[in-house]
Order: sequence, then structure tokens, then C-alpha cells
Amino acid sequence: MDMKDSNPTSARRTFFTQASAGVALLALAPGVRLVDLALAREQDEPASATQRWGLLVDVDRCVSGCDACVSACHTEHGLDGNERPQTDAQWIRKVDLVDNNTGHQLSLPLMCQHCEEPPCVDVCPTGSSFRRADGIVLVDKHTCIGCRYCMMACPYKARSFIHEDLTGQKTHAPRGKGTVESCTLCVHRVDRDESPACVEACTDVGHQALVFGDINDRNDPLATQLAETTSRELRADLKLNTAVRYRGL
Amino acid sequence: MIWSGLIECGSKRRSRARRIVAITLGLAVGMGLTGSYAEVNQPVFPSARGDQCVEPVDVMRRDHFEFLKHQRDKTVHEGIRTPRHSLAGCIDCHADKDPQGRFLPVNAKGQFCQSCHVYTAVKIDCFSCHAARPSERVSQSP
Repeated sequence: MDMKDSNPTSARRTFFTQASAGVALLALAPGVRLVDLALAREQDEPASATQRWGLLVDVDRCVSGCDACVSACHTEHGLDGNERPQTDAQWIRKVDLVDNNTGHQLSLPLMCQHCEEPPCVDVCPTGSSFRRADGIVLVDKHTCIGCRYCMMACPYKARSFIHEDLTGQKTHAPRGKGTVESCTLCVHRVDRDESPACVEACTDVGHQALVFGDINDRNDPLATQLAETTSRELRADLKLNTAVRYRGL
Repeated sequence: MIWSGLIECGSKRRSRARRIVAITLGLAVGMGLTGSYAEVNQPVFPSARGDQCVEPVDVMRRDHFEFLKHQRDKTVHEGIRTPRHSLAGCIDCHADKDPQGRFLPVNAKGQFCQSCHVYTAVKIDCFSCHAARPSERVSQSP
């Protein structure tokens, strides 16, 4: 069907989401702006493979017992559990490790690793698991049939299944019974040029154990850190080329 | 003789059956004309906020789901979040408030989405996953 504007000159409804005094201040005249909006891409521009979003987890900075990233994720996406840890949705979790030989203790967050070769996408029978052009691995819940093959295929146990009817979902995070879900790298925030909620929370509590950015952009702080310091993938032997890397592990 | 009697009997029965069918049809048509259908009321729903919809009303009535489906794929797969044909955009304008000023879900009885879908006997599954009230940003604006 024709999706073009049938009446471009008509006074359109002013969307509340678009109404922003800030935009009016920034745009003095067409093409003249006091401050550049500096968006990675325009709102109507599709995600592109020139970018690849990723995370660097500095395990030495991650504090055992701190779950700021986990709570921020729950708040951001409305992941209210039913006090049933076996089945409640879990997009990010804290893992505590002990080296039995040295007694050295580690704490790190674990979530979808946003693989370049995601096993979840390989096994999905409906094409609902997919990798966006900019590297974010997502579930299209419109076509997910809840078979949970992806949950079995994921080496990081990163995905959850929604077992029960939900109410009170957030506008930016639609979730429903019978579908699989996982960390979206806060794709709705990334699309408006913001960092994921976990990264923001970690910075706010002063730990700064999470760095988010574009792996492909050499000037990006994440890409710089990845280039200058040693980091590793979890289960690098699987050759999945993950976008989440760990330092100090 | 026996055969002809049977045939005669059968034709009488058939003509009686025809008469019954005709009377029943006549009654049915008559009832329809005298207003049994008029009892199904046109849907009544709250008016939207804002000046004008994103498309002409007749186009929206016929094709809104096409716009929504097209936009849904663009948003999920490509990250295009323009509000023009988005479900969230619809809800932002079409959600009504209760007397206390709180937003009502668009799929509640008598509300925008529900009233028409009941009238047309359409059962949608949007709101088992999607929020039926405007986003927090809109809710907080006056």
C-alpha cells in the first residue's frame, strides 16, 4: 500500500513525543542550529552496519553484592517478577566466581552477548530471532511462537520465557506471555542516542565497570579501550564474536 | 396406482414446504425492515486530542492495521521510531482520561480501540504485550 504522505501541507497533529521546546531553541532557522543535535542517525533512518554496538565489562571495577545494573534493567523494562526465581524474566544477572586455587573472587554481570554469529538466530524456526544491522540481537515477538529453541541454543543462558499473563508493560518494552525475550542492549535508548540503563546505573553508583559504545568507530571510547587493553570474549572457543567483552577475567 | 399416489403425496408435501419457507423468509425480511437490526448501535468512542489524524479518517478506518503492521516491522527490525504510524502514537492521542484525570486503557470497554473492534467483531491481540495507556512522557505532560 502507498505509505506516502497523502496530504503533506495539512496541519498535522502535534505529537506530544515530538513537541519539545529544546528543538525549537536549537533550530533558529532551517539549517541553522545553535547546537548540533549530534544524533548518530536520524529518526527515520534505519540502523546501519557501519555501527556495531557493544559493551566492555571491567571485572576489576565490578563490585560483589552490587546489583545496580540488574535493578536498572528491571525498572527500565518493567520486569516485575512473580517471586519465582526459576521462571521470572532475567535479562541481566550477576555471577560471582571464585578461583579455587588462589581464592580470588570475581563478580560480573552476564547478559546477551550480542554475537556476530548468534546461535539463537541459527535455530529460530520462524526468523523471529534476528540480528539488527548494527549488531543488536533481538526477538521479534510478533512472530515468536515460544518454542524456546533459542534458549537451549544460547551458551550464555541469556534468554527468558514469559510464562504468565502480564499487565502494566512499558510503552517502549512490549512483553507478553508465550514469547522469549532477552537483553535488547536498551535498543529504544540506543535509537535516541542514549546508553543502556545498566551502563548509566553503574556509572551513577560510581563503579564505572560498564562502557558502552560503537566497536566500529575508532574515536569511540569503547573502541579505544578495546584497542588499548586486553579483553576477552566469554566462550571464545565457540567463535561467536561477541559484542560484549570482559576485561580482568 | 400405488406409485402415482406416492408421487402425488410427495408433491403436496413439497408445495407445503415451499409455502413454509416463503412465509419464514417473508417474516425474516419483515423483521429486518421493521428494525431488529437497528438495535445494533453505532460505536461511540471518545474524541481524540489534537487537531487532525495522521491520515484522512476514511483511510484510517479501512487501513490502520496496514499502517501499524508496516511501522511495526520498520521499528523492530530497522529501529525506525517515527511516531506517525506507530501504535504508541495512536494511543498518545486516542487515550481518554477518567474524571480524576488518569488515562484509561484504549482497549477498555467503550474506549477508542475496543468500541469499534466489538462493533466489527474483530479480536486483536495487541494489548496482551503493548501498553494500552500513553507513555510516561505523555502522561506527565499537562
